[in-house]
Amino acid sequence: MSGYYRREHADLIDKTFPGAVKEIVEFRDQVRLEIDREHLLEIITFCRDTEGLEFNYLSELNGVDYWPDAPRFSVNYVLYSFLHNHLLQFKVRLDDDDAVLPSITSIFPGANWPEREVYDMFGIRFEGHPDPRRILMPYDWTGHPLRKDYPLGYEEVQFTFNIDRVEVNKPVPSPRPREE
Amino acid sequence: MGLTPQDSKTGEAGFVVTSLEQAVNWARTRAMWPMLFGLACCAIEMMATQASHNDISRFGMELMRASPRQSDLMIVAGRVSRKMAPVLRRLYDQMPSPKWVLSMGDCASTGGVFNNYAILQGVDEIVPVDVYVAGCPPRPEQLMHGILTLHAKVQGERLADWATWGKLGKQQAEAENA
Repeated sequence: MSGYYRREHADLIDKTFPGAVKEIVEFRDQVRLEIDREHLLEIITFCRDTEGLEFNYLSELNGVDYWPDAPRFSVNYVLYSFLHNHLLQFKVRLDDDDAVLPSITSIFPGANWPEREVYDMFGIRFEGHPDPRRILMPYDWTGHPLRKDYPLGYEEVQFTFNIDRVEVNKPVPSPRPREE
Repeated sequence: MGLTPQDSKTGEAGFVVTSLEQAVNWARTRAMWPMLFGLACCAIEMMATQASHNDISRFGMELMRASPRQSDLMIVAGRVSRKMAPVLRRLYDQMPSPKWVLSMGDCASTGGVFNNYAILQGVDEIVPVDVYVAGCPPRPEQLMHGILTLHAKVQGERLADWATWGKLGKQQAEAENA
């Protein structure tokens, strides 16, 4: 969405929830708050319900893998307000062995599928999610594809120098190069 | 001597003698109904081939049936993801014999530009394919050429193949009879 980021909103949240906001970053007219997991639900509810803020649209909910940096994962939220045309970004950093977050589907029901996608691609589980299953990969898939240590899964391309080595995996014989 | 249309009914036009294989294959090629299986971008070119400018109803494919029970030819148009693969196999199994598969486009034939974990590297991993049409996407003329190649292949089928299809599966039967 296009709109305006306001530093005052970030400062208001910092004042209302002391200790919850780890960092406020401004980058090219965008304002981002890094918050911690325990206050996530409270802060999102505060943003939605407060007069003057009234963020009523969850614009983005996605995950990032910063491996080998620690904490490894990050879940980013972008909220937008139709009423006032302003935006705000939130970021929660998570560790590899502790990748659990409360689900915000109780506040924004539209977070259902994005959270399923973050679970499918990164393995971050959301507590309280009404339908915690995979959404892009088959339901019985193992592994989380968008992690940095997940293999590409590509098939070796068959050229003339490795034609026999790749041939064993093919279901139908490949055409051979013509003898000129 | 002039022949009127009445003459073929009364028998004055004479007889045409052919073999059972030729007659049945002629009938099968001239009215082969494709199944609506457009998955991705190749589906647009398949629709273009079906529409009036390039028209495959002149080859007998007047309509595309959405139901696999009523179709003969499965044109796999588009990339097949690993999540879609069991669905595709189930639809292929629901088609009654005789059935043929035409793999349209690079993604259905070999995985195309998508060489990764999520896309099936060629639909021939799960169904036996009769004709591959290359292209990304293939032009309607290319798809028609593929369909005519399939018609030529069907015209050359033999009675020994038909008898064993149902029990063994087509590729295995052809390999045994060859």
